[in-house]
Amino acid sequence: MSRTIILQNGRVIDPLSGGDGKSDLWIRNGKIISAESTIPENTLIHDLSGKWVVPGLIDMHVHLREPGQEYKESIESGTRAAAAGGFTGVACMPNTTPVNDCESVTRYILEKAEGCHARVYPVGAISKGSKGEGLAEFGEMKRAGIVAVTDDGLPVLDSQLMRRAMEYAISHDLVVMSHSEEATLSHNGCMNEGITATKLGLRGIPAAAESIMVYREVAIAELTGAHVHIAHVSTEESLAVISMAKKRGVKVTAETAPHYFTLTEEAVTGYDTHAKMNPPLRSEKDRQAIRSALQNGTLDVIATDHAPHSILEKNVEFNEAANGITGLETSLSLTLALVRDGVIDEKRLVELMSVAPARILGVPGGSLSAGEVADITVIDPDVRYTFTAEQSYSKGKNSPFIGWELQGRAVMTLVAGEIKHNIL
Amino acid sequence: MSAEDIQHIITIARSFKEISTRPIKKVPTLRGKTIVNFFFEPSTRTRLSFEIAAKRMSADTFNIAASTSSATKGETLIDTAKNLQAMNPDIIILRHSSSGAPHLLARNVDAAIINAGDGTHEHPSQGLLDIMTILEHKGSLDGLKIAIVGDIAHSRVAGSDIIGFNRLGAKVFLAGPATYIPAGVEQLGVTVCRDIREAIDGADVVMALRIQKERQNDPLIPSLREYSSFYGINNKLLELARDDVIVMHPGPINRGVEMNPDVADGKRSVILDQVTNGVAVRMALLYLVLGGDKTDEEQGGRS
Repeated sequence: MSRTIILQNGRVIDPLSGGDGKSDLWIRNGKIISAESTIPENTLIHDLSGKWVVPGLIDMHVHLREPGQEYKESIESGTRAAAAGGFTGVACMPNTTPVNDCESVTRYILEKAEGCHARVYPVGAISKGSKGEGLAEFGEMKRAGIVAVTDDGLPVLDSQLMRRAMEYAISHDLVVMSHSEEATLSHNGCMNEGITATKLGLRGIPAAAESIMVYREVAIAELTGAHVHIAHVSTEESLAVISMAKKRGVKVTAETAPHYFTLTEEAVTGYDTHAKMNPPLRSEKDRQAIRSALQNGTLDVIATDHAPHSILEKNVEFNEAANGITGLETSLSLTLALVRDGVIDEKRLVELMSVAPARILGVPGGSLSAGEVADITVIDPDVRYTFTAEQSYSKGKNSPFIGWELQGRAVMTLVAGEIKHNIL
Repeated sequence: MSAEDIQHIITIARSFKEISTRPIKKVPTLRGKTIVNFFFEPSTRTRLSFEIAAKRMSADTFNIAASTSSATKGETLIDTAKNLQAMNPDIIILRHSSSGAPHLLARNVDAAIINAGDGTHEHPSQGLLDIMTILEHKGSLDGLKIAIVGDIAHSRVAGSDIIGFNRLGAKVFLAGPATYIPAGVEQLGVTVCRDIREAIDGADVVMALRIQKERQNDPLIPSLREYSSFYGINNKLLELARDDVIVMHPGPINRGVEMNPDVADGKRSVILDQVTNGVAVRMALLYLVLGGDKTDEEQGGRS
């Protein structure tokens, strides 16, 4: 029997059991256990007065860059950043070099993840090499450990391929994640289409480039009965389509990222490449729609699309710069701002960042019931800090939030009862 | 740039214009200063205009074109610029195909940067010379109706003209097929006209923009012929404008496409005045950027 840990006096928020109040959480052998009448010898007790104790946060959309682009991020550095951000698990996208399109790459990722700082859930490619032609081997990758499939970043243009992918995903009980972008319409644009793009002389990406594809995905999900998960929703129009599909009973879930409910296209002014990502930052109207959708359930998940890049890809002409920003270490703080703003409550935060991603991916966690894995995040909702490049564990320093004064963060992260991050 | 800043630059430019008419067209004002023309796109007029402006003020000028620079060897814009910086130029004049390239450069090197046209963003010195030309003929821009016709969306000249004309009180009307009108441009305080006649009607100034011929993978217009029959500036169309209308073009002209030859060469055309004023405006910019004035405000790298 391993040492017992007691997280004492914290506010335990566990949406699945409906619990929200001050209590103690007991952990032993990597699992949550029921409180016992006597405290065993050698028990490690953490006093968490004033802190929140929640099921470990899961970020279902990150780019760990390994194998192949270790100069941007490694599984080691990426999971360290995850733990620092309060994440006990991350789902990593397949656009590595080589692409995660077969079981040997999946195995490589999982081997590298052993002993790292968070659970790693690989996501496999939809097509071989994410080239948009022919299905990757979902079954063998699933056996090796993938939790979903996607051609993230290289969206599937061919509708027949997407249909077959969804059908085939049903056979292997996999969710299909869609980076929804009609690339012939986004047409090399590099920011949201509108007055800001016009002022800056940058080619715009219309909102329709996203919502057209969201509509295709939910239509094919309805046709096939597959579960489609819409990644990084950025527009009001996409939300309207998702809401309509949910009403029709389509198996669709959707995520957004903190930058879409925090920033608008205005952040690009001055040609700041740290405000460049795909889909792009949108208008204030879209930002408000996303905040409402997080509250009313049209959106299920907050995921970061953590996309570390080096200065080589970012300190260049705006239209030449790589898409994407880091997110693991700022996501919780930015989401806590939604709680303070009264957009969502604490329970909803836990649903969006833990319960729903665990359920969608079919992975452990999302619950603090006895017998569950002891993946736990301890949050200090009050602490104020300045997010700096120096304190960031990610190799990528490409964040528009560098220099921001933030409030609330993870102060302890436990994976299977093991402390992976602790700044208490 | 405020209306006062614009007026100030034009006032200085006017005082310099006379230098170009002297038998010996040279003053010692910028002697010992080094000015680099750093051009990543082909340009005859703008590059030459800056070079003549610098030489008439006795600065030493050097031209680097993309084809002869390290850009073709895979060196980044910033690296090339830092190497230039190490040779201590006073001003780098940049023409680049990426919008915002001067902003990037200004953040990474110490030399003053003058934007000689960036992507589809702005071409500030062209905007200033256009204003100077209109002022010469009209005295003021306040209340003037100015029609800009053509590919507004891909024109950096329009980008600067709209800002400058607006700031000096003109009413700007845009005309062109909808594929040429950028998203949300009305929010800049301009009127977008579906029919070109609406834009030309009662106009004091008509500016035609150059139509780019090659955009194969983004079909903006079916043919130059069709464009010209709907939006080409001809004398019949100009009958709708005020009698004293002036016709402008940033050059180079596709004769018979955006403008009929008889208009380009006609009595209303001030196209060559624009070129002449370009040298004077650029002399003023170089002079002001190098602190020849009471303000030492950097003029380049921003809009």
